[in-house]
Amino acid sequence: MIEGILFFSLLFLIFSVLTIIYRLVVGPTVSERVQALDALGIYLIACVAVFSVVLRSTAFFEVILLFGILSFIGTIALARYIERGVVIERQQSD
Amino acid sequence: MKEPNDVILKTATKAAVVIILAFSIHLFLSGHHNPGGGFIGGLAFVAAVVLLYLVHGIEKVQKNIPVDFKKVAGIGVLISVFTGVGGMISGNPFLNQAFWMVDLPLFGKTEMATAVLFDVGVALAVIGASLTIIISISDDR
Repeated sequence: MIEGILFFSLLFLIFSVLTIIYRLVVGPTVSERVQALDALGIYLIACVAVFSVVLRSTAFFEVILLFGILSFIGTIALARYIERGVVIERQQSD
Repeated sequence: MKEPNDVILKTATKAAVVIILAFSIHLFLSGHHNPGGGFIGGLAFVAAVVLLYLVHGIEKVQKNIPVDFKKVAGIGVLISVFTGVGGMISGNPFLNQAFWMVDLPLFGKTEMATAVLFDVGVALAVIGASLTIIISISDDR
C-alpha cells in the first residue's frame, strides 16, 4: 500500500512540474518566470526525495542539498537582475 | 542609486555560505569511493563565492579575498600535471597513482592516496576558471 501511495504522489508531483513548466514558457513577465523557476526547483527536490524513499536509499541526499543551494543562488541572481538590471554590481560606477 | 534594504538577504547569506563551504569540503573529500571529487567540490565552492559576490558586490569581496583567480587556475593545472609526472619518476606510466594504509589516531585505518593531490589541482583549476568566467561576464553591460 505504501508503494502505491508513493507512486501516486510521484504522479501528482510530475503533473505539477508540467503545469509549472507551462507557466515558465507562457508566463507574461519575467517575475512569473522567476517564481516558476523557484517552484520548479522545490518540486524537483520533492520528486528526488520521494524517489529515494521508493528506492530506500540515502544516495540522493547530496543531490537534494546541491539542488537546493543552486536553486537558492539562481533565484537570488534573477531577483537581483529584475530589481537592478545588473547581477553582480560595482560600487563606483553609475 | 538608492541603497537597497537587503538585511534579510545578508543575514541568510552569513549562514548559507558557511553551509555551502562545508558541503563543498564534504563533496571534495568523499570523491574517492562515493559521488564527489575535485570538480564538483570546486563547483560548490564557486557557488559559495558567487553568492558572496551577488550579495556584497565585486569590490568588497575582492578586498577581502585578494586572490587573482587566473593564477589560481594556472597553479591548479600545474599541480595536476606534476602529480602525473610524479608517477613517471618511479618508472610507471603518466598519471599513475599510489595509496597507502595509514593508522591515524582518531580515524583508525585510513587510506591515503596521491589521487587527492590530483583532485586538489582539479579543484583549484575549476575554481579559478569558473570565477574568472563569471567575473568577466558580469563586467560588461
